[in-house]
Amino acid sequence: MSTLRGAVAIVGAADTVVGKVPQMGPTELWIDAALGALADAGIDKNEIDGLVTCDSMAEPYMYHAEAMAEYLQIFPDYCMGIGAGGGTAFAILHHAASAIATGMCKTVLISMADSLRTGLTRAQAQVMQSSTGHKQFEQPYGLPVPAYYALIARAHMDAYGTTAEQMAAVAVSCRAHATLNPAAQMRDPITVADVLESRPIADPLNLLDCSLVSDGGAAIVLTAAERADDFPHPPVYLLGAGEGHGHEHISQARSLTTSAAVESGRAAFAMAGLGPADIDVAGLYDCFTPVVLIELEDLGFCAKGEGGAFVEGGNITLGGALPVNTHGGLLSHCHPGNPGSMFHLTEVVSQLRGAAGARQVPDARFGLVHAQGGIMSSHCTLVLGTER
Amino acid sequence: MLKNLPVPTPLTAPYWEGCRAGELRIQYCQVCERHQFYPRSVCAECLGSVDWVAASGKGEVVSYTVVRLAVSEAYAEEVPYVVALIRLAEGPQLMSQVDCEIEQIATGRSVEVYFDVWSDEVTIPKFRLVS
Repeated sequence: MSTLRGAVAIVGAADTVVGKVPQMGPTELWIDAALGALADAGIDKNEIDGLVTCDSMAEPYMYHAEAMAEYLQIFPDYCMGIGAGGGTAFAILHHAASAIATGMCKTVLISMADSLRTGLTRAQAQVMQSSTGHKQFEQPYGLPVPAYYALIARAHMDAYGTTAEQMAAVAVSCRAHATLNPAAQMRDPITVADVLESRPIADPLNLLDCSLVSDGGAAIVLTAAERADDFPHPPVYLLGAGEGHGHEHISQARSLTTSAAVESGRAAFAMAGLGPADIDVAGLYDCFTPVVLIELEDLGFCAKGEGGAFVEGGNITLGGALPVNTHGGLLSHCHPGNPGSMFHLTEVVSQLRGAAGARQVPDARFGLVHAQGGIMSSHCTLVLGTER
Repeated sequence: MLKNLPVPTPLTAPYWEGCRAGELRIQYCQVCERHQFYPRSVCAECLGSVDWVAASGKGEVVSYTVVRLAVSEAYAEEVPYVVALIRLAEGPQLMSQVDCEIEQIATGRSVEVYFDVWSDEVTIPKFRLVS
């Protein structure tokens, strides 16, 4: 076994309702997502022999994956909880694919959910904000999470002449997509001026440069490619996967403007035997607007330093060269913490099934999803396709 | 509500003792002839031993932000404040606050350390612009 290319396929996918969901806690959202994905795959819970989760912040468990298996009374051969921040969903999928390819299990359920909007106590919310960064050498200086990313944004502006208007264009594009998605948390169109005039948070980032705070969950079912034709929906194959890990703390980053997405993207494309020009639709982690510019550059969709111009030219909006975050992204669809990137994945699965409705990218054959966790710390890229 | 107070460990105690004594202490590897920050039990390059040395306290702003929404109530009175990544003259990069007029902060500005006494136990290094 030398490659995961074409070894596994996504055969089930589902989202919960998102946004403000006080009637369900993180566990109930997790179960709702999981059952949704099982129903979408048309299988019984007893067919799941692999289970992967990430812990909830609002309702943490000592061993989250064990707790969820117990809750549903399933008894998998492979069961683990993974935490890699925003990059968790794709890192999970990368490892679950390996588990299937090496025979540890046959069918894996990956479900993630959290309730950051209505489920956190005030104390939990403040601890979450304050616990980002190095305890002794960063946290004392009082940075809210957006301020860490503002350091990256400023460095990109200084190095490449990127403008606040170009970063704002990312938020405008995501919102334009969300207007077509009835499930999205924020659906009123916005303009670049709206972003620039929104409340300043940490210069150069304003409120609308920052992602949402949400409740919600999503899940997928992954199985061996040989079995993938036996399910109700067309399979979406994993063609490439790669990871890159550059630092934990932003003050220790090798570069503020070039990320380990270079490594993760290169590995994923190499495995897939594809390049950026082959990708029809992408889901790029968009916790803050400048992150998308750096991902576009580091993954090779445009040259280094040209992310701003690429976005400003309309390339990432439906109808453009590379529609990005057609569901609305973390900026406009929802952002429930670690599960956030799961929705980029379920959206790209919908696109590759040809089931994205008003948001459908015509003839989408190849999709890419990329997420990063920490402060541009841990990166994972997946390339997906409609054929092996 | 308290600020995010650093809690020294046996490894980092020399750094925080240095702050109380008005000296920015970082580590130096004699084999690699290289300084490092934050403090580690070994040189991150050769994995050999490191010594504590006094840094010049001078550096340059690599990037910065003006925080307008405080991370918690403990910081609310200080808004807006400038947080920067600073490249020390000795090489390592660290995070700190720069005490200056908001309009004056810029990438590439030269800065120099000073020490902000928070309590008998805690003194925090911060920076000021130098011309």
